[in-house]
Amino acid sequence: MSDLNNMTAAESAATKAAVMNQVPGPEIEGQSPLHHADLASLAKQGPKTGGIHLREQKLLGHLTLRCNAENAEQLAAVERVLGVALPLQPLTSTENGNYSIRWMSPDEWLILVPGLETFDIETKFRDEMPGHYSLVNSSGGSTVLELSGENVVDLLKKATPVDLHSKSFPVGKVVSTLFAKSTATIRRTGEQRFELVIRRSFSDYLWLWLQDASLEFGLVVEA
Amino acid sequence: MLHIYCPHCAEYREEDEFHCAGQAHIARPLDPEACSDQEWGEYLFFRKNPRGLHHELWVHAAGCRKFFNMTRDTQSYEIKEVYKIGEQPSVVAE
Ligand SMILES: [Zn+2]
Repeated sequence: MSDLNNMTAAESAATKAAVMNQVPGPEIEGQSPLHHADLASLAKQGPKTGGIHLREQKLLGHLTLRCNAENAEQLAAVERVLGVALPLQPLTSTENGNYSIRWMSPDEWLILVPGLETFDIETKFRDEMPGHYSLVNSSGGSTVLELSGENVVDLLKKATPVDLHSKSFPVGKVVSTLFAKSTATIRRTGEQRFELVIRRSFSDYLWLWLQDASLEFGLVVEA
Repeated sequence: MLHIYCPHCAEYREEDEFHCAGQAHIARPLDPEACSDQEWGEYLFFRKNPRGLHHELWVHAAGCRKFFNMTRDTQSYEIKEVYKIGEQPSVVAE
């Protein structure tokens, strides 16, 4: 058996995993885990001013990549597929247009891409990546909330034990941590803007929790 | 509440994010079939319970989900050091 870590691209293509498109095309209406909350109507009818702005980035493609951060060929392949390098420093992220990569652990990254591009990108990974790696489409398992506004840090402080001061949590930093007794992967995308990747099964609970926690600041839902 | 340094995330986090997974450096017998019942039983069930320095396995459960080792004083709760799996402790009991 050949060494999985030292296979050529052709050898690894021969062992290629069966890949199928798990995301329905545009002809089928996708429903996010917060479909029942009808955020689109709340955005139209709800308040237009408040300290917290919430928007669901629904139906994105979530790809979990596990590979070897010391394998230069794999790092180059990721760059060929996404046009941006894997963030190798702990707790950092990189992005290229609609593609963004989050450091999750020393050998794991979460890649978010537009939902309908997911299968193309998966297929490209299967063609480009050499050696031993894993790429899993976890799009159905989580959703993304974008929180912003002048009180966003006050709100997050109620939910998570991480230090949110911009000195220790600068723009671009990513942490996986506890969030309101659930868990979330939090990325700072602006001084007063954060992105939360949350579990599908906790999304309704967190939606209720966020409404309650933002009562004192005023919650504006954006479509 | 312990403030724990995760050697993978390279920063301090609250204890809530971690779980202790028991004693560290327990080597699985290379040939389990050749073990006596006593040797196998001790490997599976018997653990140290020192008063003082203890080497423990911890996992950053809500963070990077990686395991690492910690040397901790069970009496004062002071964390002496954390080190990655495969490394040896530099602080050991006399
Ligand atoms: Zn960690």
